[in-house]
Amino acid sequence: MSSPPNIAVQFKRVTKAFGEKRVLNEVSFHVMQGDALCLLGRSGTGKSVTLKMIVALMRPDSGEVWVDQENVVGLGEGGLSLVRKKLGYLFQDAALFDSLTLYENLALPLSRLTRMSNGEIESKIRQVLAEVGLAADGAKYPSALSGGMRKRAGLARALVLEPKILLADEPSSGLDRITASEIDDLLLRRKQEHGTSLIVVTHDVHGARRVADRVAVLDKGQLVAFGSVEEVSQSTNDVARRLITE
Amino acid sequence: MRWLSRGLEFAGNVGVFGFRVLIDAVRPPFEFAQVSRQLVEIGNRSVALIVVSGFALGAVMTLHTRNTLVMFGAGAIIPAVQAVSFFVEIGPLVAGLLLAGRVGSGIGAVIANMRASEQIDAIESLSIDSFKFLVVPRVLACVIALPLLTLFMDFAGLLGGFLSEELASRIPLQLYLNRAFENLQWSNFIAPTLKTAVFGFIIGSISSYFGFTTDKGAKGVGEAATNSVVISSLLIILADVVLIKVIFFLFPDTAI
Repeated sequence: MSSPPNIAVQFKRVTKAFGEKRVLNEVSFHVMQGDALCLLGRSGTGKSVTLKMIVALMRPDSGEVWVDQENVVGLGEGGLSLVRKKLGYLFQDAALFDSLTLYENLALPLSRLTRMSNGEIESKIRQVLAEVGLAADGAKYPSALSGGMRKRAGLARALVLEPKILLADEPSSGLDRITASEIDDLLLRRKQEHGTSLIVVTHDVHGARRVADRVAVLDKGQLVAFGSVEEVSQSTNDVARRLITE
Repeated sequence: MRWLSRGLEFAGNVGVFGFRVLIDAVRPPFEFAQVSRQLVEIGNRSVALIVVSGFALGAVMTLHTRNTLVMFGAGAIIPAVQAVSFFVEIGPLVAGLLLAGRVGSGIGAVIANMRASEQIDAIESLSIDSFKFLVVPRVLACVIALPLLTLFMDFAGLLGGFLSEELASRIPLQLYLNRAFENLQWSNFIAPTLKTAVFGFIIGSISSYFGFTTDKGAKGVGEAATNSVVISSLLIILADVVLIKVIFFLFPDTAI
């Protein structure tokens, strides 16, 4: 069993439970290369767990998770390292390293996972920081950044390795509409200019409508709707329809 | 019996955690930059606390012992009592306990906060071994810093004792030092100082364990800090008893 080359991420009958609670129950879906998928659902329906399984921070109880033709479920550290280089992960609260400056936050993956010289690393960091509008803030510590700046900084760290697939966990949560829209713009630009596949967990339907090629709705451990925004808005599932239209 | 099984489970988990630290400490890649960063955080920033505490403790100890020793005509051995007490036991133990408070709570809280704010997940998602990156450097820094800080504690205590004695008897510094070190052997000094490396291992490992394994979000940060201090302090005192017996066994002439 494998995954077709034009598929970036594929879940095959994935199940995950925490104690008695089954958060994902035989969930299957896929994201094509260069496409953007928005994962919607009420709180506690396994959206963030889904992202963590893609980057193998969590393992499913059963099923397969394919990332760029590799089943990450059975991979050892060496194989995982290669897969993770293809992934960028924007965490919900950015998860920047408190003890490092923004510049050092971005330099860490470059110095660890690439053979770039110090000059190349500096040039790359300048380019990515400029891309997210933080060119003048490299020397700041995360504690000195506002909520929106932290999100953009987290996005910069997720992008610094030029990932083929970008995972974003609630990129607009806690942000005002304008700042959230700026983050959506950055994601869209990345998708359009670099062909990066996006998987975005969000509660922001406005953002999902702008960014997504496909929408997946999770509810009570099941994938209850999957398709374009228009298709999901006409879904027979009440939760899916309400999430996308209200 | 539930507390017993929980206690044994905790001991087993901590044992495995500590063993992993030992294995990962000698397995490349080595995190020299992180060790150096932690040495500054743990060592440098504890010097003031250690020196001030040692100085005050030394002065107080002389104030307490002086009257009794003078009453028995043994005023001349005050410097020797001070030196032996500090170098053999008070310096290492008090330094260990003070650092269990300052460093242990810091390590526990910082790592627990990194767990709660997904920073450890972020490290793992970058294919960096979070255990080697966060835990091993902190434990190594504690192992290196404790003996050095103990030296600061020892000499600060001796200085505090001297000033206290100087005010009372006008003893010259040279004479005080001669009397202090007259009967002190290298084995009285080296073995007790080096045993604090074990205290450092205890502080680093226990605190990192509580921080690294918490899963209670923000509440877990406070719990990790508190548990780090309490369990580290307790284990340091217990380890001290064992290590003293080991030192006496290895260096019989150190038994004073």
